[in-house]
Amino acid sequence: MFKITRSAPTLSQSFLEDESVPSVHRRHPDELSAMDIDDNDNDLGIGPSSLRKDIVSAGEVITSSKEFMRGHGTYVEDDQVISSVTGTIEKVNKLISVKALKSRYVPEVGDLVIGRIVEVQPQRWKVDTNARQDAVLMLSSVNLPGGVQRRKMESDALKMRDFLAEGDLLVAEVQAFFADGAMSLHTRSLKYGKLRNGQLLTLPPRLIRRLKSHFHHLPPPCGPTGVDIILGLNGFVWVSAGTSESQREGGEGFDAEGVYSNVNDDISPEGRRAIAEVANLIEVFAAYDVPLSDTLIADGYAWITQQRKSRPSSGAIRGGEAERMVFEVTGLDIISTSA
Amino acid sequence: MSTSRLEILNDGGLRHDARRPYELRSLSLSLSPHPTADGSATVTSGLTSVTASVFGPREPRSRAGTSHDRGIVSVEVGVAPWSGTREVRRSRGDKRLTEIAASIRQTFEPVILLHLYPRSEITINIQVISADGGILPTAINATTLALLDAGIALLDYTTSLSVGLHLTQPLLDLSAPEEADLPHLVVASCPASGKVTLAAMETRLHVDRFEEMLRLGVDACRVIRDEMESVVKKKAAEVVRRSQAVIGVPDAR
Repeated sequence: MFKITRSAPTLSQSFLEDESVPSVHRRHPDELSAMDIDDNDNDLGIGPSSLRKDIVSAGEVITSSKEFMRGHGTYVEDDQVISSVTGTIEKVNKLISVKALKSRYVPEVGDLVIGRIVEVQPQRWKVDTNARQDAVLMLSSVNLPGGVQRRKMESDALKMRDFLAEGDLLVAEVQAFFADGAMSLHTRSLKYGKLRNGQLLTLPPRLIRRLKSHFHHLPPPCGPTGVDIILGLNGFVWVSAGTSESQREGGEGFDAEGVYSNVNDDISPEGRRAIAEVANLIEVFAAYDVPLSDTLIADGYAWITQQRKSRPSSGAIRGGEAERMVFEVTGLDIISTSA
Repeated sequence: MSTSRLEILNDGGLRHDARRPYELRSLSLSLSPHPTADGSATVTSGLTSVTASVFGPREPRSRAGTSHDRGIVSVEVGVAPWSGTREVRRSRGDKRLTEIAASIRQTFEPVILLHLYPRSEITINIQVISADGGILPTAINATTLALLDAGIALLDYTTSLSVGLHLTQPLLDLSAPEEADLPHLVVASCPASGKVTLAAMETRLHVDRFEEMLRLGVDACRVIRDEMESVVKKKAAEVVRRSQAVIGVPDAR
């Protein structure tokens, strides 16, 4: 069976025996059970010193290419596997790859992404998704008003700009890849489509983990209708005024005709404030390289509410207060690395 | 500096800024100063300060010049009006700046693994914030750090510095007054393999001295690489520590 081991590079082969560091390789639960995992260490025992060994930089020799296969982030020269980026080593059986700490979004089929229309072309839209190439959204992969079963006609192709124009934001799923490596998106679900009533945040894609759901809702104490959050895997995050249960995902009050509306709903000042506070919260977490999750955002918002009760203040949290928030919510000690 | 000639090396063997011949200027490196670029870095070497910002790999802004099997690199160089070049003020499209941009592009084209980025474009934007000699080597060093920061695949670090010659004595890392007076050479190399990706001269130099200077330059590039690596790894370790402290054993659910 497979084995996943976490290894630190040393000049000799000795790093194969070093299993003190857990893998950050993404694992599906099924995959986990199917694999014989050698990480029987708990993460508590890991100090920063053992993590540092795990980091390689460009041009650094990792191991011999005679015994190992090279994966992403590496190249082979003179029978040696050499890192080509700065990041952490990931090893699956004999495959060695290095995951860069910061990079553009690398798409995978099934990913939920948020993008911005940059161009309208015949039968398709070009969408900027923070990837290496612009994504393509075909006219045939969107739901048009009038129902899922509706046939697309020539008149629809002429009216494409009425549905999605340059600059519009949308949430979509990666459907497939073209031969040239560009991704094809689809919005053939009522969860997907044009975005309005909110604000976009651009974060490093590394901070968004694959979760069961990327649509989150903070319930009403947070603004009059709550706040909806969409965590796009490409690092784009959409924070918007909350919708009620029935309006979400094609419930009874779902307005299919309004899907391509260009007009924001009326949002009360309290609602706007809640959106701004949640956006601020997410940006603070991102500034401290904290990976996002729905529980983390909810905890952070609870912290803010708590603080506002004891010491009412307006305005964004920043500086020392932000540091304290990150510490108290995540337990992460922030060593000043500004030097 | 034109009326009274500068004393390049005084009787004590020190240069005009009290450095020894093989001593580099103080080097300070900072990563990600630019919030919206994919990667950026500021390198300050003595009184020369250069910021490089990398955008991409991304969809090419113009169709022209794109390639279906490899990425393209475009470089733009700008000089801040207050940067203190005593010469004429430089603007975009200036011949001298275009030449620096071309040198940087030629230096990095063989180092970036461009075959991994077909149909894409990597834009490198250089801003000279203050100039006191060695703009090209400082810009190359900043670009290397910015590319690493952007997570773009490189064969190796590429580091660079200038080497001058006073009589028979080579001098490392020239400042502006020295650069004006001495024949000099800009070396950029990949220290791990010792490959030289750029050796540029704008002045005449005796051929017998060239090899010695080139070797010296390649050696000095190694020192700069070590300095860069420690900064890059320190930052990387901190980022990894933070994300792992929050996630715990990642995705072990």
